Amino acid sequence: MISWLTDPWHYTFMQHAFLAILLVGVIGGTIGVFVILRGLAFLGDALSHAVFPGVVITFILGGNVVIGALIAAVIISLLIGAISQSERIKNDTAIGVLFAGSFALGVALMSLQTGYVRDLNSFLFGSILGVSRSDLWLTGGVGIIALGTLWIFRREITLISFDRVFARSLGLNLWLFDQLFLVLLALAIVISLQMVGNVLVLAMLVTPAATARLLTDNLRRMIAISSLIGALSGLIGLYISFYRGVPSGAAVVLTATVIFGLAFMLAPRTGVIMTRVRYRMHRAHPEADTHVMPDQPVGDRT
Amino acid sequence: MADLLNCFNLTVHYDNRSALRDVNLGIRIGEVTALLGPNGAGKSTLLKVLSGMISPSHGRATFEGEPLNGPHRGITYVPQRSDVDWKFPISVLECTLLGLLQERSRWRPYSKQDRETALAALHSVGMDHLAHAQIDALSGGQQQRVFLARALMSESKALLLDEPFTGVDVPTQEMLVRIFATLKLRGTAVVYATHDLAQAAQTADHAVLLNGEVMADGAPKDVLTADNLMRTFGGSLISIESLQAVAL
Repeated sequence: MISWLTDPWHYTFMQHAFLAILLVGVIGGTIGVFVILRGLAFLGDALSHAVFPGVVITFILGGNVVIGALIAAVIISLLIGAISQSERIKNDTAIGVLFAGSFALGVALMSLQTGYVRDLNSFLFGSILGVSRSDLWLTGGVGIIALGTLWIFRREITLISFDRVFARSLGLNLWLFDQLFLVLLALAIVISLQMVGNVLVLAMLVTPAATARLLTDNLRRMIAISSLIGALSGLIGLYISFYRGVPSGAAVVLTATVIFGLAFMLAPRTGVIMTRVRYRMHRAHPEADTHVMPDQPVGDRT
Repeated sequence: MADLLNCFNLTVHYDNRSALRDVNLGIRIGEVTALLGPNGAGKSTLLKVLSGMISPSHGRATFEGEPLNGPHRGITYVPQRSDVDWKFPISVLECTLLGLLQERSRWRPYSKQDRETALAALHSVGMDHLAHAQIDALSGGQQQRVFLARALMSESKALLLDEPFTGVDVPTQEMLVRIFATLKLRGTAVVYATHDLAQAAQTADHAVLLNGEVMADGAPKDVLTADNLMRTFGGSLISIESLQAVAL
């Protein structure tokens, strides 16, 4: 058993992959909390697909794909803002048009390359083999910038996430903070691309955060749990990928999804099973039930 | 008493529709003002202009005689409850502390004194015992109280509230009236939008009837007349007093 756990660590590429997925899990888990609380999952999905042409162009030119993806993310987010200025086109429609269009552009550019099927697969579904030492430094650096920025503006981003009108009345520039968050989201996406691939990267943002939401009502605890689940899913997924030959992205995302499923069923307060148990107990002994149901306001002394 | 907030020939257009036309208004220090009118009358728009969130299309708003070019630290706005994501995972105390957002360093966590100030604000609205409850576990009245506590964290000169009496229980309504009276003594100008004519008649020193423009403005007894109300709300007016007289 011990050797089963330690064997992958004998390979340098696996050491890099483990460190990278831990970083990606923590960064995606943290930014993802605000993605799900603000209902931006569709935007995250769109952005992760829309960066594809940037990845392909830098791949063809022999540059760093992370930088290509970042440039594409900034261009796409500005285009989404510009198109949704039109009175007839809503924000989600603009996102949908650009997401599909830019992904198609990426696929078309990729198909012009020889041997594109193998490369396309690694872009779409992730590849643990290619994480170099410089990728690790880049992931760590981008992660520190993203999490540092989130910490500096934590109060503003929190307020904007749940009470935009009050935030505006305090003089906060909502457009600026929305763009800042979009950039943070783009950073989290691009550093996850190599590990989990283009198609599944959204799961690193959404699934751990959604699991954490089932387990706690406290924002700080939610961020901690989400990061932990992101990192844990990454670790378990990489072991599965190493031993079973499953693409790393699919293995990591499936692990995160299983953890979500377990929390959905078994979470102490919101889980399906515990809710049913409490309901049955309440029906059997209504007088003994002191639990406050989630929809019931807490006691008021007036 | 001097005017704290003023509107001069203020007009607001949304797209091609005018929400407010040629509004002239003075809000005095230490006065409670009720903005009354039917849905779509421009009450919320006027509050947003007075809080600096919306720039007028024509005319101007001033605060302490200076043009209001955006949100001002001397003015606190309390939004409608429906504007907020109440499922957000934040406690009552954390939500209240956000009232200090503009006044505290972003590099340091909130101090013990800040927390005590927040607890005192919650105590003043009867919510300190629920400081650690999550906001989604509160009733409508309790949510309104937390909003008020958050507004009380910054000692602003003007407090603007959008529909604070809507959908709240009687104890919360009574508490709001008590807090308004305390703020009035401190010299704070309180302006609130409401549909409740009786509440305005009892609570406000100054009533403004709005329906796209100012229909009447002055002391409630002079403003809330049958003629003014019919001009503002349209339809016919049934006076409960006269019905009671018939019944007797």
